[in-house]
Amino acid sequence: MDLFLQRLFDALSNGSTYALVAVALVLIFKATTLINFAQGEMGMLGAFFALQMWLWGVPMWIAMVIAMILSAILAAGIERVLIRPFDPADHLPLVIITLGLFLLINAAAAIVWRFDPRSFPNLFGDGNAISIGGANLGWYTVGTIITVVVVLSLLQLLLNRTKIGLAFRAVSSNLESSELVGIRVGPTLQFGWALAAGVGTLAAAVFVANPIRQIEPSIMLRVLIFAAAAAALGGLDSLWGAVVGGLAIGLVQSVLVQYLNEWVSFPTTMSLAAAVFVLMLVLIVRPAGLFGTNAVERV
Amino acid sequence: MSERVLDVSGLQAGYGVIQVLHGIDFHVNEGEVVVILGANGAGKTTTLRAICGMIQTSGSVKLNGTEIVGAKSADIVRRGVAHVPQGRGTFPELSVEDNLEVGAYTRTDNEVEADMERWYETYPVLYERRTQAAGSLSGGEQQMLAVARALMSRPSLLLLDEPSLGLAPLIVEDLFERFAALNKEQGTTLLVVEQNAQLALGIADRGYVLASGEIDVEGPADELINDDAIRRAYLGV
Repeated sequence: MDLFLQRLFDALSNGSTYALVAVALVLIFKATTLINFAQGEMGMLGAFFALQMWLWGVPMWIAMVIAMILSAILAAGIERVLIRPFDPADHLPLVIITLGLFLLINAAAAIVWRFDPRSFPNLFGDGNAISIGGANLGWYTVGTIITVVVVLSLLQLLLNRTKIGLAFRAVSSNLESSELVGIRVGPTLQFGWALAAGVGTLAAAVFVANPIRQIEPSIMLRVLIFAAAAAALGGLDSLWGAVVGGLAIGLVQSVLVQYLNEWVSFPTTMSLAAAVFVLMLVLIVRPAGLFGTNAVERV
Repeated sequence: MSERVLDVSGLQAGYGVIQVLHGIDFHVNEGEVVVILGANGAGKTTTLRAICGMIQTSGSVKLNGTEIVGAKSADIVRRGVAHVPQGRGTFPELSVEDNLEVGAYTRTDNEVEADMERWYETYPVLYERRTQAAGSLSGGEQQMLAVARALMSRPSLLLLDEPSLGLAPLIVEDLFERFAALNKEQGTTLLVVEQNAQLALGIADRGYVLASGEIDVEGPADELINDDAIRRAYLGV
């Protein structure tokens, strides 16, 4: 029972970080029906910005805010220079561009910060919030869950209560009619990219802030796969779906690793295969995901 | 002579290497209902898309005296054109209320709420369904919403692209009565593109018949509707 609880707590911790990255993926998918393969790397870069500022002596949470703003500006620039010139309806060139960005950002970060893992400051304090028997719920996990709820609530406010949010939802719903009500589509999509990068940076920082992890340029690769599975499971265009999907994937990973291990020798890296399996299953059985509205045509 | 809201001359437009419009001339006066008729593929939709800057266009399109060829759609809309595109004028995932609000996207005045109230009074069904997703409305209701959404921008000209498409005959009749009422009661200037000649000419002041990207016939609506040769050749009635 303690073991099961502990696995559940682990699932919450991992699942919330997958949820945050999935939310960033969903933001871009809603606007462009495109999976941004560079999302994880953009977040990793933002997390390195924060780390660097912290090393220079900036208080951690201020460093985080500045890093989120910096990566949002960078993403806005990327959208303007590398994404907007291409026909939004033709996905293949755009997918290739996001893959190129993935490699570019990964290499750039490796040149600046090297591949040596570095420890990242704990954003939420050490120790356990609750201990039940042998199962511990760390402050880190509590902080992560609170972060997810706060981010989602702020996003909901931004998208549902502001003019730019209305424009963003309109562009997601009907591109042509958006132009016909006078919305400037380019800057609206740029806003989506900036927003996704801000959330992505927070997601990466929260992920590497786990006391058991360190930051290095390739840290987000695995996370992106879990997050993509989470986003697909939740429905690629649903923000809350991304959260549910993230927690579900966290649960699959955590429980699978523990309990399958008791029957067969099961390398922990197989949890990645489990995520890919969930992704495939969703695409075959229910392409719209649990809460998505549009069936996915092409990815 | 009354003020020309729209003055089109030598308009050419097409998609890539395919030219659809081969230089057409027409105009719309303030307060008028003008209809462009023609068979499938005659270039009716292309004409509206060209006016709104959605496709490659050359020639001259003057909106209230200002040249708008080459301007971006979003800017043309800001200058007072509202366009209800064929069959999908609404934002299906957004609520009815958000649809109306996004229609007023370019406005900065504080009468948006009042305009919304007015549309709710004009079309009570929109008020009843204001929190529902627009996509859940019936075809006729969606078309009304699309029109109300377009008029939320307080345009000087409303373009309607085949509003009858895919709707039951009774709904279409009701819809056209509402268009006529919009024009008479609120003075909305309308440019309507239609295949349903009988209905469209019924509410129009003047009409143009488009064939293979050229204007073949033009004249007052009642003349067009009573001209047997035109009726047989172009209108299929």
